[in-house]
Amino acid sequence: MSDGPIIKVEDVHKWYGNFHALKGINVEVKRREVIVIFGPSGSGKSTFIRTLNRLEEHQRGRIFVDGIELSHDVRNIEQIRSETGMVFQQFNLFPHLTVMQNIVLAPIQVRKWTKQKAEETAMQLLERVGIPEQAYKYPGQLSGGQQQRVAIARSLAMQPKIMLFDEPTSALDPEMIKEVLDVMVELAKSGMTILAVTHEMGFARAVADRMLFFDKGEIVEQGTPQQIFNAPKEDRTKLFLSQILRH
Amino acid sequence: MTKIAEPILPPVSERSNLLGWMRRNLFGSWTDALLTLIGVWIVYWAASGLLRWALYTAEWKVIVVNARLLMIGQYPIEQVGRLWIWLGFLIFLLGNSLAIWGRGSRIAPALLALPAATAFIFPFGADPRKWLIAMTVIGLIGWGLGRVKPEALKRSVIAGWVISLPIIILLTYGLSKSEASIVPIVRTNLWGGLLLTFLLTVVGILFSFPIGVLLALGRRSELPAVRWFSVGYIELVRGVPLITILFMAQLMLPLFLPEGWTVDRVVRAMVGITLFSAAYLAENVRGGLQAIPKGQFEAAAALGLSGAQTMIFIILPQALRLVIPILVGQFIALYKDTSLVAIVGLLDLVGIARTVLAQPEFLGLQREVYVFISLIFWTLSYGMSYVSQRLEERLGVGIR
Repeated sequence: MSDGPIIKVEDVHKWYGNFHALKGINVEVKRREVIVIFGPSGSGKSTFIRTLNRLEEHQRGRIFVDGIELSHDVRNIEQIRSETGMVFQQFNLFPHLTVMQNIVLAPIQVRKWTKQKAEETAMQLLERVGIPEQAYKYPGQLSGGQQQRVAIARSLAMQPKIMLFDEPTSALDPEMIKEVLDVMVELAKSGMTILAVTHEMGFARAVADRMLFFDKGEIVEQGTPQQIFNAPKEDRTKLFLSQILRH
Repeated sequence: MTKIAEPILPPVSERSNLLGWMRRNLFGSWTDALLTLIGVWIVYWAASGLLRWALYTAEWKVIVVNARLLMIGQYPIEQVGRLWIWLGFLIFLLGNSLAIWGRGSRIAPALLALPAATAFIFPFGADPRKWLIAMTVIGLIGWGLGRVKPEALKRSVIAGWVISLPIIILLTYGLSKSEASIVPIVRTNLWGGLLLTFLLTVVGILFSFPIGVLLALGRRSELPAVRWFSVGYIELVRGVPLITILFMAQLMLPLFLPEGWTVDRVVRAMVGITLFSAAYLAENVRGGLQAIPKGQFEAAAALGLSGAQTMIFIILPQALRLVIPILVGQFIALYKDTSLVAIVGLLDLVGIARTVLAQPEFLGLQREVYVFISLIFWTLSYGMSYVSQRLEERLGVGIR
């Protein structure tokens, strides 16, 4: 069991009305693998990552996460979601709760941990992401980079087996991108299974095992960072890379 | 030679004192001065007329003689102590709460001193005077306790508020039919005046709130049956005036009940007000729900929270906070709308005012009586408004 792929995606399709957003995606993700997903906007990369914890519903094909198939069964969905952390572009912290309350809410309510255990874990995580002193502030009092690090800590508090990142640095000011990427690199090196939609090519080069290039709802090309950066095969990949790496 | 930097002050003309302020804002030019004088004259003219009426012309005797009737209707005088007891309980909790949550508020002691102050100013009998002074003492004790141990008392104060409604109803209505009991039953047809208005309001608010929230959630439900029921209910109730609902509750409800069942008339009015208010509340709460960004739902779902947990911990706290001003506005409207029960024959403040005015010796004193009940309405409405502003300030901490 533990040697098999942790995520298995077979021929997944998704339509928004008549728009064919995902056109037959096939991917297997191994445990501890770090995957970077990139591609032009509207290519379906965010839609894809959001089908993995069913924030979007796929209409054809099958998705298995840690051996459980994503179906209409609400219990399956909730179980997969509690094993899968997700970090959003817009942070999506709960503004009416302090940083600490943001982090301990799900462990206490879903995992049924005691408050004490949850808070101890939360403090350790805040130290890991470098902002223990912000524990009792509200999200609105933090900078964007700090908020995103809280969001990462909040996801990690559920002790997920997989972390999904959906453009985690796209809403940040340039000087704050590094502090978030540092946390993500540390996480990747600690052996977490990661799927990240991002255009931070430095991050990809440093820690990605594999890169997936999405365009028009398909995986056009995949390979190691060396293959993708040094010898891309497809013209669309070359064109896109030349556009984002030009300056 | 180095100079020590001095703080740079605004020019002299900008530093404010009263005279400077008046010169700038009231007498800046000829036209300003003229408008100021005209304004002052209008205010003086209106205020002096009103004062002259209030102090010399008005016959306040009608209020003094009927004070008890206006406050509690025909509630038996030998049982009045029960009402004072729950009022004391509420004032104790109020003192606690002001000390715990309203820290820094200077008006708290003044507010709590109000009952005693009225006891000295107005010509009450000996008994009400004693009780009123007791209210202030109890309130101040509660306030003092709250200041000494705010953290330790928090939980019990909240518990106290939660059980206050059952206590109020129990003490007002009574327990046993036998006359020998300490708290014999007082039939609701004897309830009246401010007492009845207050109970209709409190029951209306406390019951319509949860029903309204459920209807708001129901209207957004994915289950068609639940959604259509909620939509149907809301649109039906909002489509008719409150007075028709009150009439229906009085006249039509008995038709639906089995033979021999009767529902108390006051209870019928309470049900009517509650159901009416719930429909409006539902729409207000829905407005708040719609203002919550989709990302909040997604973040909660991504953490594995269930739909109910998401609502309780994430969505409702934010949505309700957003609509506090609207909700309080609606509660104030409900409070004043309770006066419509006078039309279906209940003796609330307005109903009792009409019976007072029907007494031969007080004919033609409408002005005095209606000014008095307006003042009562205004005082409590403003109280609600004030509490809601404090609440917003306190809850606004996290949102910026």
